Amino acid sequence: METRMLNVKINGRDYQVPDGTTILKAAREYAKIDVPTLCYLEGISEEGACAICVVEVKGARNLQRACVVKVTEGMEVWTNTSRVREARKLNVELLLANHPKDCLTCERSQNCDLRELASELGVREVEFPRTRTEWLPIDNTSLSLVRDPNKCVLCRRCVNVCAKVQSVYAIDIMGRGSNSTVSTFLDEGLGNVECVNCGQCLLVCPTGAITERSEIPDVWKALGDPDKVVVVETAPAVRVAIGEEFGMPDGTQATGKMAAALRSLGFDKVFDTDFSADLTIMEEGFELIGRIKNGGVLPLITSCSPGWIKFAETFFPKVLDHVSTCKSPQQMFGTVTKTYWAEKMGIDPRKIVVVSVMPCTAKKFEKERPEMKTAFHYWQEKLGLKDEEAFKDVDCVLTTREAARMIREAGIDFANLPDEDFDKPLGESTGAAVIFGATGGVMEAALRTAYEVLTKKSLAKLDFEDVRGLEGIKTADVDIDGMILKVAVANGLGNARVLMEQVQKGESPYHFIEIMCCPGGCLGGGGQPISDNPDIKKRRAEAIYREDAGKPIRKSHENPEITEIYKDFLGEPNSEKAHHLLHTEYCDRSCK
Amino acid sequence: MKMNLEDRLKENPELKKQFDVLDAYIGELGTPEGSLINVLHRAQEIFGYLPDEVLEFVSSRLNVPRSTVYGVVTFYHFFSRVPKGRHTVTVCLGTACYVRGGNAVYEKVMRTLGIKAGETTRDGRFSLDLVRCVGACGLAPVVVIDKDTYGRSTPEKVAMLLNKYA
Ligand code: SF4
Ligand code: SF4
Ligand code: SF4
Ligand code: FES
Repeated sequence: METRMLNVKINGRDYQVPDGTTILKAAREYAKIDVPTLCYLEGISEEGACAICVVEVKGARNLQRACVVKVTEGMEVWTNTSRVREARKLNVELLLANHPKDCLTCERSQNCDLRELASELGVREVEFPRTRTEWLPIDNTSLSLVRDPNKCVLCRRCVNVCAKVQSVYAIDIMGRGSNSTVSTFLDEGLGNVECVNCGQCLLVCPTGAITERSEIPDVWKALGDPDKVVVVETAPAVRVAIGEEFGMPDGTQATGKMAAALRSLGFDKVFDTDFSADLTIMEEGFELIGRIKNGGVLPLITSCSPGWIKFAETFFPKVLDHVSTCKSPQQMFGTVTKTYWAEKMGIDPRKIVVVSVMPCTAKKFEKERPEMKTAFHYWQEKLGLKDEEAFKDVDCVLTTREAARMIREAGIDFANLPDEDFDKPLGESTGAAVIFGATGGVMEAALRTAYEVLTKKSLAKLDFEDVRGLEGIKTADVDIDGMILKVAVANGLGNARVLMEQVQKGESPYHFIEIMCCPGGCLGGGGQPISDNPDIKKRRAEAIYREDAGKPIRKSHENPEITEIYKDFLGEPNSEKAHHLLHTEYCDRSCK
Repeated sequence: MKMNLEDRLKENPELKKQFDVLDAYIGELGTPEGSLINVLHRAQEIFGYLPDEVLEFVSSRLNVPRSTVYGVVTFYHFFSRVPKGRHTVTVCLGTACYVRGGNAVYEKVMRTLGIKAGETTRDGRFSLDLVRCVGACGLAPVVVIDKDTYGRSTPEKVAMLLNKYA
């Protein structure tokens, strides 16, 4: 059916827009006139909560919210009358009445929608007195995120992302009127409820009300300590996004500059999480092959995404035996560094500080899990260590944003650095590891290896197009020499929930499922640069697949350093030693 | 560690009975998902207030997220998350009471008990409420304690009266 076109006059000029178009869309897309917004987030937050987008509509007594009101036939809209300007300004001033206004020291000062609005609308003073007598308490309970309700403008974007995109419902508006805040069940704080630490709320927050728990001071301290050997590892998705922080075009492959910048920050070794991504593929690929051959629990579900893991532990504790026991690449890396590499180099593992740069806030939580101290247990007997001397496999996690902040603080001219390589031996990786950063990448990498291992033939075409792309759920039937492997890929926990409900009911038709917590996979992670480009995920994904295509080796099992670590240290994939060091277990978090 | 609800109910038959009543009420509802507010009302009638574990129970029984339940409970003033005191002091601030000094009575009660309307003293002895007319304007200002109505009250008289309720 053809959509009816409506006539609308915007600021005195005539346009035709399809029936169902909001005034906002008509203005922005058809008339090319911007109407300022604050709470609006297309497809996710469309509640008309802030009244910043008000416009005058002929015949209507009150100003109308352009983001929710739809165009009607013959409507006349004025977006820039003095009444409109005054109202917008007033609404911003009301938001600022109780606001701390410490833009100078606020983490979001460079990209705060509220600050920009105040400046664009010419707000120069706030006439309203504070209505709150005390500052609201800061939520410091989470290992990943910090919430400062004083900077919250109650736009509901975080609430809507958490509910609609992630289906977690950790937060909501509590209380009413001027006393309302965004909070959790019983105000227990993010660290004590269902929150999976994904940071998607942070990415959509227009102000500095949600920030990551910063570990920058710990990293500076380690770098300044001459007794420590400080090693950094970088996740696949960081290299295609960090350039944005330095004004480089979206989708820039900044791998070489990133390695150079980290080296000049003073890290003793610049290694690559991609190495342990290849290791993950070996372990997980063989786990899959083993389960298929031996009639094990299927579907097998990937385990690289700690937000997804906490989600599974919270909402699907009965089917955790479907989840691969492989640690995430970050944690495998920490363990391998403090065991294999320490041994090889003759370095006391207690002196090693592993810092990882991640597109992810959930990794900050993951590294604190009590079971993530495998290297300590490995050394405990050999070195006669006491329990109090326990150390973590990964010491610090920096988000992409935090790493960029450190690079800026050190005065490094990132964009103009000559490219450098990662250090060896934990810096060698394949194209299969790079694509871990995009939804479908782990699946594709695993298929490349599983196919060749199972059939002992080499793959004619390495690209599994069916599992690429940003759709929420992708499925494919993969022919492995006559055996049909049914696979599914989900990104975003709302989509994961759909697949998990099938698993829970025993109705899942798949053999292998990849789940990534964040929309788009790690490239859309909660630790990534905050972007206003609606196509940003596409740009980053393109860069990831370009990086893969340009790699001389594109299959994990062909990485020579992987072959070496198995030969010299681990034995076979899924060997007892590999199990001990590289695999983990999960817990039921459903009562919490 | 919080004790799990099932274990607590085993130890406390009284509490178990209350949960059974609530459970039966929910069981009779046609569309449990859309009945959150009704269920919370019923729960408050049964338990006298809304204890945290009741909120958890309602959330899982109705399959509504815990944050949504808490959002609703904190939105409406008539939901209370603390138990009511053994005695309820209700001060009338309808027009008649107000002009004859009801406000001074209210302030005196607040100061004496150390709580505001809607709250309960720490020792669980008194809860304080405000109303807008109890229909005894001839006796203004009026204070009601439990089922007893006291007319022509003054701040001093009310402070004395409170002593009678242990
Ligand atoms: S949130 Fe925005 S307006 Fe508020 S202090 Fe931070 S930069 Fe300034
Ligand atoms: S981090 Fe994720 S799960 Fe936690 S509140 Fe934010 S969006 Fe929800
Ligand atoms: S925390 Fe941020 S996203 Fe959430 S309601 Fe407040 S301002 Fe909006
Ligand atoms: S942007 Fe329209 S009401 Fe907030």
